[in-house]
Amino acid sequence: MDLVPTRRFVYSDADLDQHEGEVIEALKARSQQPIPDQDQWLSEKAPEAGILLTSVDKVIDWARSNALWSVVCFPACCAFEFISTAASRFDISRFGMEIIRASPRQADLMITAGTLTWKMAPNVRRIYDQMAEPKYVIAMGACGISGGIFQSSYGVVPGYSRIVPVDVYVPGCPPRPEALLYGIRMLQDKISKAKVFRK
Amino acid sequence: MTRAISGEELAAGLEQRIPGSIIGTSKESILVNNQSLLSLAAHLKTEPGLEFDFLSSITAVDYYDYFEVIYQLTSLEHNHSIVLKVRCHDRENPAIPSLVGLWRGAELQEQEIFDLMGIRFEGHPNMKRIVLWEGFQGHPQRRDFLSW
Repeated sequence: MDLVPTRRFVYSDADLDQHEGEVIEALKARSQQPIPDQDQWLSEKAPEAGILLTSVDKVIDWARSNALWSVVCFPACCAFEFISTAASRFDISRFGMEIIRASPRQADLMITAGTLTWKMAPNVRRIYDQMAEPKYVIAMGACGISGGIFQSSYGVVPGYSRIVPVDVYVPGCPPRPEALLYGIRMLQDKISKAKVFRK
Repeated sequence: MTRAISGEELAAGLEQRIPGSIIGTSKESILVNNQSLLSLAAHLKTEPGLEFDFLSSITAVDYYDYFEVIYQLTSLEHNHSIVLKVRCHDRENPAIPSLVGLWRGAELQEQEIFDLMGIRFEGHPNMKRIVLWEGFQGHPQRRDFLSW
């Protein structure tokens, strides 16, 4: 029994071979001389090179706001909402911050995902102090903002703002990943308004 | 399943061995005299037929008038259990003999009770705060501890 091809070709094999040969011959005819190496611009003087004018603030703020690397500071349950934010469904890497740094020296942003006790507070402050400037803090969740339901407890810090300066507060218990992403967007807006030489 | 020995059933024999050690009994537990806690616990641990070789947990309760420390003892050998209770009426400086010498598992739990309830366990090798930090004022699991 003859096999009926499921796909009928427009061109026959002979036509295709013919075309392939023509392409090769044409390329070979065009390529008799080597292409000059593109390195003349190396010796050009500065005024002849291309210039793009912008402000220092704009460039630096753009760079800072689009590469916020977060440090690991997840003392309690908001961490799981943060993990969800970092995973594929909500995908934090769309904002240039998919790298969660275990070392505070490589991080710009502290997302305080969880309840902080006074016994833990010196360590959080130390992590914050170890981060390189510029550094930002997002207080995530009710506990991060005010201590939440543990506000009157003997052992809980009533809000991270007692320990570190906070840039953006994200309410919720815990906040949805969309809320955290919105908080991150707000922080990016805040960074893009910053004056670089102010400090 | 572990058989919970009746306190009344066990207390009759104990009272004969260590007179004056039992203050009260119930179906679930034995209320033990403070002074004879150590000798009674040692007896419960070593006596053939009882052999409570495992200390499941220690709890403390604040009843305002007195503190009550509750020991849950289990015998892995015989698969039975009993609850011991000790009361401490001194609110200013409550103290109870430590059972660390009999069951090492008591060490951290007694330390935690000291930290949160303020009951001192005499004879404990490391009687200091474990959860809270040194310098914390008061004992937060007490009924009269209010921080707001």
